[in-house]
Amino acid sequence: MTTDAGDLKFRDPETAQEIAADIEAQMERIGESIEIMHVCGSHEQVIAKFGLRSMLPDDLSVTMGPGCPVCVTNMPEVDEAVALAEAGKTVVTYGDMFKVPGSARSLADAKADGASVEVIYSASEAVELAEDNPEEDVVFFATGFETTAAPTAAVLQADPPENFYVLSAHKYVPPAMEVVAEMPDTDVDAFLAAGHAATITGYGLFEDFVEEYDLPVVVGGFEPLDVLYGVRRILAFIEAGEGGLDNAYPRCVSREGNTAAMGAIEDVFTRTSGEWRGIADIPDANFELNETYADHSARKQFDIEGVEGDADPLTEECICGDIMAGTASPEGCALFGEECTPQNPVGACMVSDEGTCKIWHEYGGKPDL
Amino acid sequence: MSDEQSQGDTDGDVVTVAHGSGSGRTRDFLDERVVPRFDGDGDLPVGLSALDDGAVHNIGDQSVVVTTDSHVVSPLSFPGGDIGRLAVAGTVNDLAVMGATEPLSLTCSLVVEAGTPVDLLDAILDSMERTCEAAGCAITTGDTKVMGSGEVDGVVINTTGVGLVPTGEHVPDAGLSPGDKLVLSGPVGDHGITLLAEREGFDIEGDLESDVAPVNDIVAAALDAGQVTAMKDPTRGGFATAVNEMVRKAEVGATLDEPAIPVRDPVASTGELLGIDPLDVANEGKVLFGVASEDADSVLDAIREVPGGEEAALVGEVTDENRGRVVLDTGFGQRYLSEPEGEQLPRIC
Repeated sequence: MTTDAGDLKFRDPETAQEIAADIEAQMERIGESIEIMHVCGSHEQVIAKFGLRSMLPDDLSVTMGPGCPVCVTNMPEVDEAVALAEAGKTVVTYGDMFKVPGSARSLADAKADGASVEVIYSASEAVELAEDNPEEDVVFFATGFETTAAPTAAVLQADPPENFYVLSAHKYVPPAMEVVAEMPDTDVDAFLAAGHAATITGYGLFEDFVEEYDLPVVVGGFEPLDVLYGVRRILAFIEAGEGGLDNAYPRCVSREGNTAAMGAIEDVFTRTSGEWRGIADIPDANFELNETYADHSARKQFDIEGVEGDADPLTEECICGDIMAGTASPEGCALFGEECTPQNPVGACMVSDEGTCKIWHEYGGKPDL
Repeated sequence: MSDEQSQGDTDGDVVTVAHGSGSGRTRDFLDERVVPRFDGDGDLPVGLSALDDGAVHNIGDQSVVVTTDSHVVSPLSFPGGDIGRLAVAGTVNDLAVMGATEPLSLTCSLVVEAGTPVDLLDAILDSMERTCEAAGCAITTGDTKVMGSGEVDGVVINTTGVGLVPTGEHVPDAGLSPGDKLVLSGPVGDHGITLLAEREGFDIEGDLESDVAPVNDIVAAALDAGQVTAMKDPTRGGFATAVNEMVRKAEVGATLDEPAIPVRDPVASTGELLGIDPLDVANEGKVLFGVASEDADSVLDAIREVPGGEEAALVGEVTDENRGRVVLDTGFGQRYLSEPEGEQLPRIC
């Protein structure tokens, strides 16, 4: 093992084969099946795109957990956004969220029926839209983990116009990792943590988790070698029979993270309990606007009606929740690639570019070679 | 599939841009709605249901190849070409990949929006003239329609081509056999990535250029040099769609060596930036050949001698395993290469 995380070249197949050989040797020495969970759609993207699973021994599985923020956004949260749009507000949101079905309709459906719904690329673009349209109530349906929660917090701190409101569906990953680690059906031996979220939170965030669960947690980047290196590092912990924390993405992630961004998140949000779509009720994992920012809270300022209408009956067969909990794979879903495709998605996992099903569909999943 | 679901395939009774993407949705549309309506196969060696690049009629000791294509592109002019060059090259290339490398006759049907500057139309026609010269063909008949302002966007050009091959020597896209080598005539992704970058307003001048060009000389050289078993020009849906279609039709598999697939650096990096795989977007001057294994080197050498074919590469092999699927060896591991779904880039060819 001569390659250190700081020395990784981005796309060097030879080094990749060396690390894969190390991994194979480690697995032989470990002598039992290992399951590593990652919690990030970007990790799944790189694993699928470069065919990394085919480089790993059969008894080592790397599974995607609840790492797609759009996918874990709960149906009632989508319903709130749809209801606000149908009540005449201008609802703006990230593109991934646009087509995600609520209990009866998506924002895309609402727009097709004449509601005002716009796709934006940043929180500041949402504020600009409110500034440019002072006569409208502009509601930013804000989704995502720490990486997008920080810019939402920043625009709220910067004294946005009165007609700018936030409907927060921001989520915080670490409590979800605890819930998944404790689920009876999951058998997760270690976590590969998401590098970009850790640029905000710092990897020190996972110290308590490692302490409590005595599992290996390695923060990984998003090039193929980053992932392979992270897996090898995790197996080294497992081989030594210990939990532990390491940063395999030192070119971007520090122990402290982005303290200004974390400060903004703490200033603007409080963490509340809530349901993650299809997974579980997760304590302290939802970011809700605190009292100081109540004037800009869509939930505080508007009576949000329920959404009427029937759900697509196929949603009852959708196993997105199990897939996000890591207990099922897309190929275990009867709808995958048949009734459920990126063109006609049934579940959120087939809508978002970060969703396991969409990624598997795009890259053909795990080759059965 | 229930009626309700099949309606869902057309998004509630309206045609969507996805139906014109050249991938699965186009295929479903043709298979369900077009092919069954016409007796388009007759005793033709290649007829409508083959969904090949053109039809082949046997007449005496000659086969007549007929192909047609309507060209819609936004913007009308782009780095490396314009709609005029595209309209001629597109049809010349569809003839060529059927084996008809010397076009006999080309038609040109222009649909122009009222208000289009005459200078612009002149420039497009000049470009068609130059491309005809390069391809060694002439426009022999045509039609012109003008529609009201807003009734059509700018200029639409349909070209139909007729070419001849000695009977039995046409090359279908369905002719691959296990053991054949896959040869690509040059780097992929240039046209699609250039058009997208242009639309996104990227400052890419000099780095990205469409590859739009006639390929009949390249095809002629390949046919002279060895046994070509199948050909396709990877236009809409890109290389990924073309190779999947060829293996599906021939009921074989294929394994591709991704690092061997030529992609120019600016195309690769712009694609990464946009989140679009260069393998998934249109080319307008490339050919993917299936070649009998023993002839692969001589065909490759012959293509490389022709201007535009210098960067030709051996990219993979046809297999008995994984029938109907394409396995991509990424240099790291392996995965399936799927066809892009829907329409990432409408109106690019």
